Amino acid sequence: MRHIISILIENEAGALSRVSGLFSARAFNIESLTVAPTEDASLSRMTIVSTGSDDVIEQITKQLNKLIDVVKVVDLSEAAHIERELMLVKVRAAGKDREEMKRIADIFRGRIIDVTDSTYVIELTGNGSKLDAFLEAIDRTLILETVRTGVSGIGRGDRILKV
Amino acid sequence: MQLTGAEIVMRCLHEEKVEYVFGYPGGSVLYIYDELFKQDKFKHVLVRHEQAAVHAADAYSRSSNKIGVCLVTSGPGVTNAVTGIATAHMDSVPIVIISGQVPTAYIGQDAFQECDTVGITRPCVKHNFLVKDVKDLAITLKKAFYIARTGRPGPVLVDIPKDITNQKCEFEYPKTITMRSYNPVLKGHSGQIKKAVQMLLEAKRPMIYAGGGVILSDAAERLTKLARRLGYPVTNTLMGLGGYPATDKQSLGMLGMHGTYEANMAMQNCDVLIAVGARFDDRVIGNPANFSAVPRKIIHIDIDPSSISKRVKVDVPIVGNLPDVLDEIQKLLEASAGIPDPKALAAWWKQIVEWRGKKSLKYKQGKEVIMPQYVIEKLYEVTGGDAFITSDVGQHQMWAAQYYKFDKPRRWINSGGLGTMGVGLPYAMGVRFANPKATVACVTGEGSIQMNIQELSTAKQFRLPIKIINLNNRYLGMVRQWQQMFHGNRYAESYWDALPDFVKLAEAYGHVGMKIERPADVEPALREAFSAKHKSDLVFMDFLTDQTANVYPMIAAGKGLSEMILAEEL
Repeated sequence: MRHIISILIENEAGALSRVSGLFSARAFNIESLTVAPTEDASLSRMTIVSTGSDDVIEQITKQLNKLIDVVKVVDLSEAAHIERELMLVKVRAAGKDREEMKRIADIFRGRIIDVTDSTYVIELTGNGSKLDAFLEAIDRTLILETVRTGVSGIGRGDRILKV
Repeated sequence: MQLTGAEIVMRCLHEEKVEYVFGYPGGSVLYIYDELFKQDKFKHVLVRHEQAAVHAADAYSRSSNKIGVCLVTSGPGVTNAVTGIATAHMDSVPIVIISGQVPTAYIGQDAFQECDTVGITRPCVKHNFLVKDVKDLAITLKKAFYIARTGRPGPVLVDIPKDITNQKCEFEYPKTITMRSYNPVLKGHSGQIKKAVQMLLEAKRPMIYAGGGVILSDAAERLTKLARRLGYPVTNTLMGLGGYPATDKQSLGMLGMHGTYEANMAMQNCDVLIAVGARFDDRVIGNPANFSAVPRKIIHIDIDPSSISKRVKVDVPIVGNLPDVLDEIQKLLEASAGIPDPKALAAWWKQIVEWRGKKSLKYKQGKEVIMPQYVIEKLYEVTGGDAFITSDVGQHQMWAAQYYKFDKPRRWINSGGLGTMGVGLPYAMGVRFANPKATVACVTGEGSIQMNIQELSTAKQFRLPIKIINLNNRYLGMVRQWQQMFHGNRYAESYWDALPDFVKLAEAYGHVGMKIERPADVEPALREAFSAKHKSDLVFMDFLTDQTANVYPMIAAGKGLSEMILAEEL
């Protein structure tokens, strides 16, 4: 099953490699991993999307907790949560495609953030399947480049991950 | 007062009451060695290879429960130490490794003797640090000792660039330390403990399975008290030997791949199993599917939550420090009126005694060729069962574990997790430094001993009267055994050509050498080696043993506990 694991970790050099090294050393799977400092500059927050049986996910959270620098670990997917991913897509937008691309971007609530006479860069946020759907909806041959951040997640309501 | 980084390292080690530092100097640690030269609060043990420094520090810790400390230089100093660090890590031994690093400005420039120490050692330490500012040095060392000894213990490495050791700052050693990201649990969950006690009292076929955690946490006495009160059978893992007296009638000996018939059968057929500081590893339960095919309730006490339900699902997990949890269980048992079902227990013991009757460790000693098992049995007799025994890795290790009956914890020092050949001699050195009056024997083979043979020189320098029991069968015995059993008798690269004359070799290093070729000479030779005459000598005893002897019982890799191969069945 797919799980979204959120981690608060001391913002030290090498923190990321401790986590990614753990996953590769124990043959755990990573679908995506995002990391950035939090409002408290001494802490980083990571969101890891992984798949595995309940036993594997239990081991993943236990092994993450065992890392000395890890302050907190939460499996967001255990309860109500929101996940978002940001994608930037550079597409060819010339002639008749120009108007059509704008129209589809609007339908997906995307924003065009860079314009040349032949290209657009479209910014899109949502969960992974929405971003996939957008890529399906446009003419594949017009895609020049895509970049995705991987999933960030947060618990709904009173579920708060904080020190 | 302003101190240099090197002076700070000394002061921290003094504050930690370090008695010995095992190490080897080199370019990046010259300022540290310069300060080491000026102090006399701890002694430095100069080994002949960094791997041995770590092994010695590791055994110093295993045999005393004090933290072993080693000091190595950057680059090859560290890479040589890695095997030692990984060995300590797999067996959860608290040691602190201080490594030199190239100066801060050179890091990442492929400088002379540079390596990414933190990167290389990350997967085989409990934690590691790179010190980037001399102001962080003292607190980092404090954290290193704290992390190494608390929770599930383990090695911690502190990498110090050379320029930091020559920069100055105010020194203050923190008295205590708190880390928001690291708070090991001590007390077990009281609800779970209650459940465990209930389960223990309701057991019809109970079994106590005790691992290395019992030794590491100094819980042997408590475990023994609990086991005796309940009257339940106890088996120890390879790492747990000595955690329950082997000569006690409730002891079933070691379990696992080369465990006794009774231990493995009881483990497989019990209805309530309490695992105490053990981790159900592959050499212990074999195939987890086979193990889980028989229904039984499992209580698992461990300080490391990730050891629980890793390979085997358990019913009552208890995360906590063993002594605390065992005290709690004992208290509840004493408070409750319940006693184990005497009828069921008697029937269970009757069954166990029947299994014992198989005498799965029996072997035949003839008149011509020395059997390796016989040497260990005689070693046990001659040392009165009271020696510290270190071993290397292979057949001799299993025979030592099977035939030397350990009644006390911290007497059996071997590499269980990583299975590192070459630990035996440096382990014996570390043990002797921690226990300066003790009788120390290293049980080894002609393969393993050659992996750190250079330490005979260190043993001479420090006058360490270690007795080396070399079970020399001219084969890499365990490899040969597997090749015989599973690879059609094709002995690929497991036969030794051109072995050295170990007697002359020992003499060349300034020690006493003995060669023993006949069964009748085994006991007299041992008596001589352990006599007052050789009280101050390292004696290298080269026993020429049976070349075809195999370790039995044996559970083949991937098989279940009840699928043992016994010697008599062949």
